[in-house]
Amino acid sequence: MSENPKKKNTRLLFFMSQLGPLLGLLLVWSLFALLTGEDFVKWGNQRLMLLQTAVVGTAAVGATLIIISGGIDLSVGSTIALGTVVTAMFLQAGASPTLAALFGIGTGVAVGAAVGSMVIGHVGRVAAAILSILTAYWCWDAIGPFLAIISAVGVLALGCILNELLLKKVELVPFIVTLGMWGGLRGTAKGLGDNQPIYPDDLGWLGGLMMNSSDGGSLLPPGVWLLIVLAVVMAGVLRYTRFGRHVFAIGSNEQTARLCGVNVERTKLMIYLVGIGCAGIAALLQLSYLSIGDPTTAEGYELKVIAAVVIGGASLSGGEGSIRGTLVGALIMTVVDNGCTRLGLDNWVQEVVTGAIIVAAVSLDRLRHRRQA
Amino acid sequence: MSDSTGSSKPRLRMENVAKRFGATEALSGVDLVVFSGEVHALTGENGAGKSTLMKILAGAHSPDEGGLWLDEEPYQPKTPAHGRRAGVAMIYQELSLAPHLSVMENILLGVEPGVGPFVRWKELRNRAKMAISRVGRPGLPLDEPVANLSPAEQQLVEIARSVAIGSRILILDEPTSSLGQEDIRALFSLVRSLKEEGQSIIYISHFLEEVFEISDRYTVLRDGKSVGTGTTETTSIPGMIDLMVGRKVEELYPRSNRESGEAILSLSDVAGNDLPRSASLTLHRGEVLGIAGLVGAGRTELLRSIFGLDPVRKGTVRVGHLDGALSPTKRWRQGVGMVSESRSREGLAMNLSIADNLTLPRLNGLFPLGLVTPGSQHRASLPWMEKTRLKCQGPGQRVGDLSGGNQQKVALARLLHADVDVLLLDEPTRGIDVGSKAQIYELIDLLATGDKAQGIEPKAILMVSSYLPELLGTCDRIAVMCRGKLHPAHRVEDVDEHRIMVEATGSGETP
Repeated sequence: MSENPKKKNTRLLFFMSQLGPLLGLLLVWSLFALLTGEDFVKWGNQRLMLLQTAVVGTAAVGATLIIISGGIDLSVGSTIALGTVVTAMFLQAGASPTLAALFGIGTGVAVGAAVGSMVIGHVGRVAAAILSILTAYWCWDAIGPFLAIISAVGVLALGCILNELLLKKVELVPFIVTLGMWGGLRGTAKGLGDNQPIYPDDLGWLGGLMMNSSDGGSLLPPGVWLLIVLAVVMAGVLRYTRFGRHVFAIGSNEQTARLCGVNVERTKLMIYLVGIGCAGIAALLQLSYLSIGDPTTAEGYELKVIAAVVIGGASLSGGEGSIRGTLVGALIMTVVDNGCTRLGLDNWVQEVVTGAIIVAAVSLDRLRHRRQA
Repeated sequence: MSDSTGSSKPRLRMENVAKRFGATEALSGVDLVVFSGEVHALTGENGAGKSTLMKILAGAHSPDEGGLWLDEEPYQPKTPAHGRRAGVAMIYQELSLAPHLSVMENILLGVEPGVGPFVRWKELRNRAKMAISRVGRPGLPLDEPVANLSPAEQQLVEIARSVAIGSRILILDEPTSSLGQEDIRALFSLVRSLKEEGQSIIYISHFLEEVFEISDRYTVLRDGKSVGTGTTETTSIPGMIDLMVGRKVEELYPRSNRESGEAILSLSDVAGNDLPRSASLTLHRGEVLGIAGLVGAGRTELLRSIFGLDPVRKGTVRVGHLDGALSPTKRWRQGVGMVSESRSREGLAMNLSIADNLTLPRLNGLFPLGLVTPGSQHRASLPWMEKTRLKCQGPGQRVGDLSGGNQQKVALARLLHADVDVLLLDEPTRGIDVGSKAQIYELIDLLATGDKAQGIEPKAILMVSSYLPELLGTCDRIAVMCRGKLHPAHRVEDVDEHRIMVEATGSGETP
């Protein structure tokens, strides 16, 4: 008897929980529209805001995957910086923009592979791989490419054998791994660039990714389209593939996932590969935006990315979250930044407001959970 | 002793206590009277309401109806801390100590003597020492981190903690479940000496032999009601079981005519990292093989090793004609499925939906191209939800919102969806209501029998349970595990509770 109203109630709650962040975005947007007037609501400004969201949004799409699985990535900013430096270096060396872009994304994927391997317990293998790359680099000029590669492979093999004999598996929590990466990757970027930004001569098509042409030639900059396509694909992957369901299962209860035959280790590796690979794509957008490879760029982006995911309704303990929510979360932060700038408010006001929104969003989310329970 | 208690004033009186959680009535009209200086046994099946009742007494829940009196004064604890201050100390099955802190810090945790914000370490040490000697172990090192102590010693620290705060009622919840024989003897003599000092002790246990050895009086709960109380001396074990079960045993456990078929799972001398030490068995299609034993004997570890969740160090596991230890992923593909003993920790992803949980082991083939859609997950779940008679709002409901019994049905339905031949069930009816239990027994019987008319082959079921009547009621054969060793299986007609207990405690072995 009492089932019908209850059902309705849960449906309403479900509806609210789906729309919650979106309502928040509309609210913030309307508020600034009222306060700042015409300039804010112009299409040109909407396009600008989407453009300003692209870098953080792209990285946040990947981070959503990681956070849903119960992990976290504190190294996003450093990965983006390293990505811009690597891509710029290849461009400077005369590589085609496409090849350089692949190396940029590859940087993200490689970082993801390293983080993922460490999370599932293969610290030793990661160390061996890094040592082997360093060996090849050091020996390249001294003994020639052929011998350098042979010795690098030797180091890799030896490292892996030693790892099997001595270390075996050392599982580390993602927080620690990516905290280490946060410093290590930033340092690597600075080292590669010799503490200087890298100025490539010609960015090619990469330069056009984030071009905000005001002549109305195209509806949106290519970089924003890239984000939209990536988001749609990732949302589909999360909802409609086995991998996606496994991500949720691992985040909700890793033991259950293992009991049910999910290959937890392989799935986690994939999660970090894809998730941090997105940071590699974000690096291309950032490079296009800056037109230089800057080892000091994107500082603090890791927290912006986490904030976007969390405002979007994800739980840091895993099992919950959505790509749509994350995008809305990223947009809310951009709207606040943009609106505050237009109001002529100081930077510190933006920061305070953003902080308040994060806490408010998560509190609302908790409240929703309590009512559901 | 029991004579003298009869005339004295009750230490604790609980009258007509009722408590409901959502739609489930956990308690409805429970009376409990405990006198000072007595050991009062509280018994009943899992889910009878013992733990809810004790949580109300300790202050973790407040009752919806009824009243509590401590030494004839109204007692309405709002929080567990409040309950402790009033002198009600609960010692849970899973000990609640801070493992990194020392013995003495644990004993006086939250009531540290001090001046302003500063701890007076000397006084803390003295008071801890006093408490420790009152529980009969003055030698326990006060500075040792609790994590380094044995389970029995950790339990002593907990008891010392309640002694130190001057408790009037000590509640022991399954205190012997992780103890060896010697530690049990020591615990019993401690309980007796605390009783002499005038403490009231509420003793919760499944082991009826223990109840009869240690308690003066008893109260039996069934389905959230108190159904009997009296002096332990004037009753018997079968009498108490009748009170607990409330119906004839045969009605609860259906048993069709089962035909045992080909061997489908065989273990020879399987050993894990620590447990099990040695296990050999052969499981046939169309039979239910039960594994009995005490907690800590290695039964769960055995199932986990078979399923690939724990390593197999020695011996062979053979499924069908395939040898070797494998990961859970491969086991599912071979047609082996497992239900975990802990629903919340391992068994189910509580904040995911029923459909998500149910289809997790087999997501392929639900939708073309290897994709998974919510609709296809729901459609795949429905027949199994019906078959297990799952009570819920629909396949999209969160598993965490279901009752324990219905959660367990989801865990079982998962094996049906994966269409396994071998079911490994670890405590499949732990903590669920009698109604769901009966349905699960029925399901187990159905699976083991199969249905020739519909071409459903009988399954093979390996079931671990600590509840002997359940094993005797559902299984065809029972093997006992003791200290990591699995003894040869007996036909169920050839054993009784007594014989199994003798084997499980290792007391039948000649030295």
